[in-house]
Amino acid sequence: MPINREFVGREYPADGVYEVAREKIRDFALAIGDPNPLYLDPETARAAGYPDVVAPPTFLTVLGFRFAMDSPIVDPEFGLNYALVVHGEQRFVAHRPVCAGERLVSRQIVDEIKDAGRNELVFTRTEVATESGDRVATMYASIVSRGTAARGES
Amino acid sequence: MAARSFDEVAVGDTIDAREFVVQRVNLVQYAGASGDANIIHWNERIAKAVGLPNVIAHGMYTMAEAGRVVTDWVGDPGAVVEYGVRFSRPVVVPDDDKGATLTVAGTVESKDDAARTATVNLTATVDGQKVLAAARAVVRLR
Repeated sequence: MPINREFVGREYPADGVYEVAREKIRDFALAIGDPNPLYLDPETARAAGYPDVVAPPTFLTVLGFRFAMDSPIVDPEFGLNYALVVHGEQRFVAHRPVCAGERLVSRQIVDEIKDAGRNELVFTRTEVATESGDRVATMYASIVSRGTAARGES
Repeated sequence: MAARSFDEVAVGDTIDAREFVVQRVNLVQYAGASGDANIIHWNERIAKAVGLPNVIAHGMYTMAEAGRVVTDWVGDPGAVVEYGVRFSRPVVVPDDDKGATLTVAGTVESKDDAARTATVNLTATVDGQKVLAAARAVVRLR
């Protein structure tokens, strides 16, 4: 079943503030096998000019899972079958580094849905900011819904 | 740890290839740390049932490993202002005590004098086959 194109342009704000925790950064850094002291040691991070440990470049991916319920993916009317989905592209734009202790708000926007052969592509963007509205990062993602394009069903 | 300086970087500079071994334990640990508990990243039975050759790595795990080549090269992960990839082929991780070996290398593609940034192109392969395409990071240099 094709994905509902009426969802293009819809915005999904995260229902809550994400507090970047020092120990969460540690867990993430160790999970990617990276013992960089800027991720693990507040003293090293402060000596390098940061207020606290720095988050790895892909760390903000955790927001998508923390606020998975605030996403079109879980809306039945969106028409996405998650078992058919693979990750297509991912891009992070850091307006500035993220450090432990910050409180972040985010919203996900459905930018585009289109056919690509038998598949459909869904492009989303997640804007991450401070509670006072200063931009922190933008995450662009595309997912591939395999074999669901309307003309692929005939 | 100082970031690499703009003046010491030239277009065409290469970053030596590094190998990253990806085993099931890494995927389990990454699933926990990231919150991505998708079953195809840890359950062989289900992965095969949905048509995959075996358990596959999280694309974001592969992206993170490739990113380590950039953050170590530049010397400061906070210097990465942009990082994007396309997931061109899944990284299959068999349960055989060896797993998969990801090989990542980089080349400085361009420099921006005004922004004092450099763009690094990354190649990421497993068994000689590209697993990431259009993998590119922009770093701000000292």
